[in-house]
Amino acid sequence: MVRIKRIQEDKIDVIVINGEIDASSSIELDLTIAKSVGEGFKKILVDCTSLEYISSAGLGVFMSYIEEFKDSGIGMVLFGMKDKVENTFSILGLAELLHISIDKQEAKKLVDELSV
Amino acid sequence: MSYQYKIGCSLSNLKGIRDFVRTSLKHHDVPEVELSAIILALDEMCSNLMIHAHHCNPDHVLELHITMPKKNAFIFDIIDDGNVFDINRFSEPNLDNLVFEKRKGGLGIRLVKSIMDKVEYLNQNSKNICRLTKEIHK
Repeated sequence: MVRIKRIQEDKIDVIVINGEIDASSSIELDLTIAKSVGEGFKKILVDCTSLEYISSAGLGVFMSYIEEFKDSGIGMVLFGMKDKVENTFSILGLAELLHISIDKQEAKKLVDELSV
Repeated sequence: MSYQYKIGCSLSNLKGIRDFVRTSLKHHDVPEVELSAIILALDEMCSNLMIHAHHCNPDHVLELHITMPKKNAFIFDIIDDGNVFDINRFSEPNLDNLVFEKRKGGLGIRLVKSIMDKVEYLNQNSKNICRLTKEIHK
C-alpha cells in the first residue's frame, strides 16, 4: 500500500512516500520519521510527489511532531503534493501549521531557514 | 442507481472501500477533487467504525450502500450491528490542542463533517445505519 524510503542528501534526510497512507499504514510513516529524528537529522524533507492518498491517520502523524520539532530545532518541509492530497491538508487548515513547498528546491531553502 | 459492498472490519480492507466508492461514482461526473474528498470521508467513517465499534475484528461486517436520490446527490449508508459510534456526539477538536497534546487522532471527525453535508444515524431492522449525504454543486 505504501512504500517509504529515505535518501540522505547534504545532511538532509529526504523521506520519499510512494502510494497511500491510511489507518493501516500510517504507522510506517511514524516509524520512518521517528528513525530520522533518532539518527539526529535536523533537516527533514518529505517527498510527496508519489503520495496518492492520505487520511487523517497520516495527517495526525505529521501533526504529532510539530511541537517536538519546534522545541528541538528540527525543520520538516513537505513538497510535491498532488492537488487531491493538498486538498486534504487544506480542508483541515493544516497547510498553515505544517511547512509545505511546491518543489524540492523551494523545500530545501525553507528547511535551511527552519532548522537551527 | 444503487451500489453495494460488504467488507470485514480489518483496516487492511480500507483500500477496498476506497476503490469501491471510486468505481461506483466513476460514471457520475464528480470532479476529481470532490470525488477524492468523498472517498476520504467514507474511509474515515469506516475506519472509525472498524476501530471503535468493532475493535478491528475481521469477522464483523460493514455494508456500504450508495444511492443517488437525484442528479448530483449521493447517499452513503454504512450498515452494521455493532455499538453506535456517533460522531455528532463528539465535538470537533481544536487544532492547537491536538498539536500541543501531540495527539494523532481526532482529525477524522473534523474531515467528515467538513466534507459531507449531513451525518445522521438511523436504526432499521436492528441494524445501525450511519448515513452520509452529499450534493455536488457544479
